Amino acid sequence: MTQPFIELKNVKKRFGSNRVMQGVDLLIFKGEITAVIGKSGCGKSVLLKHIIGLETLDSGVISIAGQDLSAMDREARKRFKQKTSYMFQNNALFDSLNVFDNIALPLAEGSSLSKKEIRDRVLMRMEQLEIMGIEGRYSAQLSGGMRKRVALARALVTDPDVVLFDEPTTGLDPVRKNAVHSMIKAYQERFGFTAVVVSHEIPEIFEIAQRVAMLDKGRIVFQGSPEQIKESTIDVVRSFINGIEETNREF
Amino acid sequence: MVIGWKHGFKSGGETILKSSAERLINKVEPLGAMTLGRVQSVGRGALFFLQGLFQILVLPIQFSKILEHTWFIGTKSMVVIVLTGIFTGMVLGLQGYYTLVRFGSEGMLGSAVALTLIRELGPVLTAIMVTARAGSAMAAEIGVMRISEQIDALETMDINPVRYLFSPRIVAAVISFPLLTALFDVIGIFGGYITGSLLLGINPGIYIYRVKESVLMADITGGFIKSLVFSLVVTTVCCNRGFFTHLHSTGGFGAKGVSHSTTTAVVHSCVLILVFDYIITYLLL
Repeated sequence: MTQPFIELKNVKKRFGSNRVMQGVDLLIFKGEITAVIGKSGCGKSVLLKHIIGLETLDSGVISIAGQDLSAMDREARKRFKQKTSYMFQNNALFDSLNVFDNIALPLAEGSSLSKKEIRDRVLMRMEQLEIMGIEGRYSAQLSGGMRKRVALARALVTDPDVVLFDEPTTGLDPVRKNAVHSMIKAYQERFGFTAVVVSHEIPEIFEIAQRVAMLDKGRIVFQGSPEQIKESTIDVVRSFINGIEETNREF
Repeated sequence: MVIGWKHGFKSGGETILKSSAERLINKVEPLGAMTLGRVQSVGRGALFFLQGLFQILVLPIQFSKILEHTWFIGTKSMVVIVLTGIFTGMVLGLQGYYTLVRFGSEGMLGSAVALTLIRELGPVLTAIMVTARAGSAMAAEIGVMRISEQIDALETMDINPVRYLFSPRIVAAVISFPLLTALFDVIGIFGGYITGSLLLGINPGIYIYRVKESVLMADITGGFIKSLVFSLVVTTVCCNRGFFTHLHSTGGFGAKGVSHSTTTAVVHSCVLILVFDYIITYLLL
């Protein structure tokens, strides 16, 4: 059996009396898109933040390529962080920097590349994401879709091995949502990174993901392929997927 | 029957004791939580300051950011410092003249104005004016970055947020505060000259002679030390309040939280400037 690239074992986290994660077990395989679905507020974003190190777990183990993240030395942790990108739900673009500087920031601050090399890489990513010509604009001057693409360009500019997407299609119209999904799929195929996508977009997310995991009441209640989740007999999974599909049909 | 009564009395007494203890704990608990919160906040601030200082020394030196913040803290504060300095000097000249003239020593006006400005008012008023102009902006800018996840974004990019946001501001403030204080002092002495010599008729030569004669190097050094300490106090308090906006939920979350952090940063900075002014003056005298 293939070894998982990222593995969460019995991960627990609580904020005060709120037990957000009550023993999460999750496998993420290299070069695949894993979608994490679940009800709002069930801890999907918290799960992503644990992988990138923005939150510290109360107990359990997160291992990267078989190595315990908490036991990693500083250099190994730094290497993992440098090869991991995070796309925030609200983009988290720096509003006092223009588009070019936003995309260039991880390279300018975290690499030894020359100014010319940074410029070339930023412009190349901007061209690939079809956002040329807005280098000097600020995030407040962009549409929601444009901001998403700038955030995606910033996430991809370092050629990451792992990209964590926190609800990348929030606030977008259906056309833009499909465009963002296609973009994630296309870039994942092109660059081969491992992607974890937290999403509410059902069934669209099943079209791009190779694996789906469902989080409910602080535990992963299902993980498998999109085909398997569609045929799942687990009540909570069925009602979640059908509930969303029925709502979509009603609308 | 009797035993039953005894048992009832005993359990009733225990209940009363228990409820009084609970009431007492309920009253003491928030006080304890508040004390712990304050201690934690001070500890966090101290660690933040030390980390910021340490990150200044980590290579590569952030020249462009230091320059950018020096321009913001220093250059952009010059107008307000000139205006405050000239009117402070003029008021000192006016008050000083009418006090000294009663004793027939109006010729000492130059000394009074220069020493008051260089030793006390220059460093203190400069620090307070820069807090109002640049310190509040620092707290608000970093606070907005915190609530909009921009600081989290820095961490995900493996960029140390303390190094990126705080360290260049410390260096910029350490460069700007003494220079602005010197500007304030010079302009203030000139303000005193305007009222004393040009408006109230003190001999200009005497005014300038008294300034030169009374001001010692120790006075200038004292003012310089004060401005350096104030620069560290103001940047640490303002950046710290902005950086930990999300942990100070008592003032509210979101925009309200940022507004609370900004106000608190300015108030705490001003109070600490006066506290440190007293301590330094006591140590220097």
